[in-house]
Amino acid sequence: MNATNAPAKPPFWRDPEKRALAFQIVFLAIVLYIGYSLVNNTMTNLASQGIASGFGFLSTNTGFAIAETLIDYNESSTYLDSFFVGLLNTILVSVIGIFFATILGFSMGIARLSNNWLISRLAAIYVDTLRNIPLLLQLFFWYFAVLRPLPNPKQAIEFGSNLFLTNRGLFGPKPIYEAGFGWVAIGFVLAVIGTVVLFKWARRRQEATGELFPVYRTALALLIGLPLVIAALNGFPMSWDIPVLKGFNFRGGMSLTPEFSSLVFALSIYTSSFIAEIVRSGILAVDQGQTEAAFALGIKPAWTTRLVVVPQALRVIIPPLTSQYLNLTKNSSLAAAIAYPDLVAVFAGTALNQVGQAVEIMGMTLAVYLFLSLTISFFMNWYNSKMALVER
Amino acid sequence: MIKKALLTTLGVALTSSLLMSTAQAGEVLDKVKAKGFVQCGVSQGLPGFSNTDVNGEWSGLDVDFCRGVAAAIFGDATKVKFSPLSASERFTALQSGEIDMLSRNTTWTQTRDTSLGINFAGVTYYDGQGFMVRKDLGVNSALELDGASVCTNQGTTTEVNLADYFRANNMTFEPVVFVKADEVVAAYDSGRCDVYTTDASGLAAQRTKLAEPAAHVVLPEIISKEPLGPAVRHGDDQFFDVVSWVINATVEAEEMGLTSSNISRLLVDSNSATPAELRFVGREGALGENLGLDAKWSYNVIRLVGNYGEIWDRNISGLELPRGLNNLWNNGGIMYAPPVR
Repeated sequence: MNATNAPAKPPFWRDPEKRALAFQIVFLAIVLYIGYSLVNNTMTNLASQGIASGFGFLSTNTGFAIAETLIDYNESSTYLDSFFVGLLNTILVSVIGIFFATILGFSMGIARLSNNWLISRLAAIYVDTLRNIPLLLQLFFWYFAVLRPLPNPKQAIEFGSNLFLTNRGLFGPKPIYEAGFGWVAIGFVLAVIGTVVLFKWARRRQEATGELFPVYRTALALLIGLPLVIAALNGFPMSWDIPVLKGFNFRGGMSLTPEFSSLVFALSIYTSSFIAEIVRSGILAVDQGQTEAAFALGIKPAWTTRLVVVPQALRVIIPPLTSQYLNLTKNSSLAAAIAYPDLVAVFAGTALNQVGQAVEIMGMTLAVYLFLSLTISFFMNWYNSKMALVER
Repeated sequence: MIKKALLTTLGVALTSSLLMSTAQAGEVLDKVKAKGFVQCGVSQGLPGFSNTDVNGEWSGLDVDFCRGVAAAIFGDATKVKFSPLSASERFTALQSGEIDMLSRNTTWTQTRDTSLGINFAGVTYYDGQGFMVRKDLGVNSALELDGASVCTNQGTTTEVNLADYFRANNMTFEPVVFVKADEVVAAYDSGRCDVYTTDASGLAAQRTKLAEPAAHVVLPEIISKEPLGPAVRHGDDQFFDVVSWVINATVEAEEMGLTSSNISRLLVDSNSATPAELRFVGREGALGENLGLDAKWSYNVIRLVGNYGEIWDRNISGLELPRGLNNLWNNGGIMYAPPVR
């Protein structure tokens, strides 16, 4: 029992753990030093060249106008406001683009595997054509192809007497809520809660008795019917603001601009062609035996796809789908080419050129895209872990 | 692992040291002389100002001032390389040293002159912002444009002037803002907007690109002052002097009646030349030496590029714009060079 029997403790510079730690500390120090000198160097050079710096510009007035804004904005708003206008427009177009890209992509991916020769060929042509044309070209195609044939506001195409299609956009009536509309909103919330309860009850009943309940149809009836009944009881507390042609353009109502529509079109169609391939590979990754087993149990083909194949395919689909969502969000920055006021167009474009503070503005813009990307991947990772195969 | 880390570190260190060396710009004139050409930022295609022909050869007023600077420095007007830049790229390109000078129909404003680390070397074109509409719209004045859609370029003084003008006259408008001038023209031409606004010279130039140029009319209102001219980076006064005196020399030569075809006689025939002419071509005085250039710098500018009037006639007259303010001071305009002496 003396020290010589125990394995000799190596000197600390030979201890792999301590050595690794030391190297990491050195590495971190180098990285920090480089980061510090980059920032310091930039600041010094900006100062020596007489280029103004700092974030003071954010609270000054912009003096320029923006066409589409989700929040209140006018020429006397600040650069910080213009930042939020751009940010919200980017988020809006990304969310809507992701929504349509997912629906289109899943449909096309499944259609590509259809036993119907015509459907699968058409889906293949869709995917192969759209995947191979650069997004910017598609953007210009949609924008100018949509614009050219449309008439000017004075010769607008009318649908009924409330909907007008022109080369300035699609104009339609805008709802104006009156007193008593709050009850309708409450009714809708109740209908949503009712639907959730219904789903849970139907599942428990099915697990207990094996009987099916037509949940989808019931839920739909509930969601539409309940608010409608309440609205009728209150004498429909809503009126419509109809757009009217006044001067150069339609005023009032709601409008959908060609910039927004073509951006959503191009982004969702382009991305959907990639999603279609991801969905196809995901479905092909599910063993054929799963489908055969389901059929052997007498499950309907549509149910087999929905309940057996797609849930298993999702495990393969979600990780690459996340990158497509990230791509779509980042690609939305091409908006500036067709005059949609997204973050890059408004803030990194117009605002940057008015104040000229490239370092600060580009820094903020990069941080936003980083934040959006991290948010999407965080959410998708959470969904992925929820969808992952539960091993029993 | 350690190797990889070290390599990464080395890479980052190298990149950052590169950044440091470009950021600390030394004497621009010396660098230009050493590399043998002037890197000049121009617009991506504006007839009359900077445009390429089928052979990729640049021409235009902005282009000619780049050539003038090359002629002054090297005695060779072809020693220029052109960087086509969008409105939103131009200042960063100049600040970062990617180009030596910016000659891109850029408005001289106080904010730009004082906060961007650049200096404007003079005015080569006095312009103002105007509006163009389709004739069949029946509009005769910009004051009738309430509620119109207005197409314009991103990152210009135009956007702010536009908002100011409409606000001052209690009118509303819908801005439709594109990055590139070509897209503005295409969108205006396809009817997306009622109005196209930019500098009056730009309207005249872009009008030539429309499907039916005759179907459009430029409204009489000019809503801003837009003195356009070349800019250089802060920090090299000598290069600044060269660019500003090249501009002055072209104006002075027009005033003296010296042109690319008649200036050569001054080098051989001293008897008929006035003292001012002899000073101008560098046969007397030390004007070139003071600029750090050859004594014949201004002679080279005029012989190879021409005087201001020649540059104007060659490039702008095709746009059918009146010379107006851009006439010489003794001819009804405000083009005026300080004495070359």
